[in-house]
Amino acid sequence: MSSDYVIQTKGLSKHYNGLVAVDNLDLNIKRGEIFGLLGPNGSGKTTTILMLLGLTEPTAGKVRVLDFDPARQPLSVKARVGYMPDQIGFYDELSARQNLAYTARLNGLPAAVADERIQAALDRMGLLDVADKRVSTFSRGMRQRLGVADVLIKQPEVIIMDEPTQGLDPEGAHAFLRNIRHLKEEGITILLSSHLLHQVQAVCDRVGLFYRGKMALSGSVAELARKVIGSHYHIEVEAYGDQKALIQALQKVPGISRVQAHGNVYDITANSDLRAEAAEAVVKAGGRLLALRVEEPSLDDIYAHYFQEVEHDSHS
Amino acid sequence: MTATVKSQPVRQREGSPWTGMWAVMFKEMADHLTSARMRILEILILLTAVATVYAAMQDIRSSIGSDPFLFLKLFTLSRDPLPAFVGFLVFLVPLVAIALAFDAINGEFHRRTMSRVLAQPIYRDALLMGKFLAGFLTLALVLTTIWLLIIGLGLIGLGVPPSGAEVARMLGFLLATIFYGGFWLALAMVFSIVSRQSATAALASIATWLFFTVFWPMLAGLATQMLRPIRLGLPQEIIAQTQLQMTLSRFSPNTLYSETILAFLNPTLRSLGFVLPIQLEGAVLGTPLPLAQSLLLIWPQFTGLIAATILLFAAGYVLFQRQEIRA
Repeated sequence: MSSDYVIQTKGLSKHYNGLVAVDNLDLNIKRGEIFGLLGPNGSGKTTTILMLLGLTEPTAGKVRVLDFDPARQPLSVKARVGYMPDQIGFYDELSARQNLAYTARLNGLPAAVADERIQAALDRMGLLDVADKRVSTFSRGMRQRLGVADVLIKQPEVIIMDEPTQGLDPEGAHAFLRNIRHLKEEGITILLSSHLLHQVQAVCDRVGLFYRGKMALSGSVAELARKVIGSHYHIEVEAYGDQKALIQALQKVPGISRVQAHGNVYDITANSDLRAEAAEAVVKAGGRLLALRVEEPSLDDIYAHYFQEVEHDSHS
Repeated sequence: MTATVKSQPVRQREGSPWTGMWAVMFKEMADHLTSARMRILEILILLTAVATVYAAMQDIRSSIGSDPFLFLKLFTLSRDPLPAFVGFLVFLVPLVAIALAFDAINGEFHRRTMSRVLAQPIYRDALLMGKFLAGFLTLALVLTTIWLLIIGLGLIGLGVPPSGAEVARMLGFLLATIFYGGFWLALAMVFSIVSRQSATAALASIATWLFFTVFWPMLAGLATQMLRPIRLGLPQEIIAQTQLQMTLSRFSPNTLYSETILAFLNPTLRSLGFVLPIQLEGAVLGTPLPLAQSLLLIWPQFTGLIAATILLFAAGYVLFQRQEIRA
């Protein structure tokens, strides 16, 4: 196993009393990337994460995290990997600073270093004003930010986040994702699991689709789109001119399979990004082009499409 | 386990299971000492201590000079309507111990802090050990404080210092009391591991305590009468019945503790069981035994109590190690 990958699993499986939670998973995560684990609830995302941290023993398969074996060297792994669990909890009766101080002590940091890092982490997450307030008074968004501060205390090489944006309002989620991107810029590898696809799409370099304990697909969003939806590009053309002539002209363009008109707007389905060709056809047919848009396939589309297919296959 | 796992070189797990234990212990102890729950119990014990000792002192004053073990009486003398201090301890110490531990583990799950804490570079051992130690030391701290307070009250009230033998006996009593608390602490901790609801764990612990305090003596009596009935009134029958009853009742930690402190605090006690006339041959009735002899008398009970604490802790340890972390 090479060291280009910070997290590698091979044939990783976990069975809970006869139930297969994770099935023969091969996962490779490169240094410095943001990887999104996507899948419906109960598809094995959290179990996979727990195995990466050595908190659950795999039934079979190999795991390497930063070239350590989490089952045998959990302390080395946990000293370098930060974990933000799903619905993170703190000791409500303690202040934010005291909570972080406990984490620092569990990491064996000397007091002086700990104070410095706590101060920096709180400052970075914008929690300095409330540092000495009890966590019980914190909102969901503040707790989530405190969660990131907590992870930063150990200055991790890898951060694993389980459903980090769940329960945050759109603005909070947006700010949170911005923070994640900043972490990436510092060279921290980030693995996050989610079922909120549009958020993941905005921040992840690569994603893996989980389905019933298996990684059904992985790659960048564009790659996945090509794989799942295939060559289905939606192009929207807005143009003045004779509708029939324009439709005919557009349909003649090689690669365009379907044209639908709604007034001045033409919805085109094509097998690649044929904006230029479509524009040329419109102009040649005497139309006056007003606007041209290509709708990029969203992760939601890919997801819906993929699971429709899977369900369909499993029924037939 | 499949072949892929077995093919890996089998090494010991790295690092020490104690890493982080002290961090956990200090945090938990700070929590205990500042919690409202603990304060209420401390006040309760303090009040009983002062009340019973004051009552006992009234009686002792009249016998100063005639009894060489005056200080021990502070703990054991009762005056209506108050029972002796040790009588209170038998049921108060379990309550304090249960209050300290019934939400030790499930509380972490409930607050959703468990996975975050275990994601730090520590083993589960450290968490459990730290929590148990914190509870145990808190208990020891509270009991020692009250113990010192009673001795202080005795010094002022009686005006005589305790002898060396008395101090040794009182120390034995303190140690037995702490381990008696340790037993209930370990029990409550086991329940807090088994049950995800802290209320259930608290109820289960209290039910066990009630069972041993109220029902077990009754059950032991009933079972004895059924198993060893006295049909002809022969001495053998009576002896057999008493022995069985004592054996059964000693399954209760309350009995073990009562007998242990009885021997520590009552130097004239020669036997806990059935005394046959032959055994009394040559004995001067009413003379105190040396500490070593008293210790010999209750050695099985004393060690039994400590062993039960360790066994329960071990059971909790195994259960916790096998527990799945995900809620």
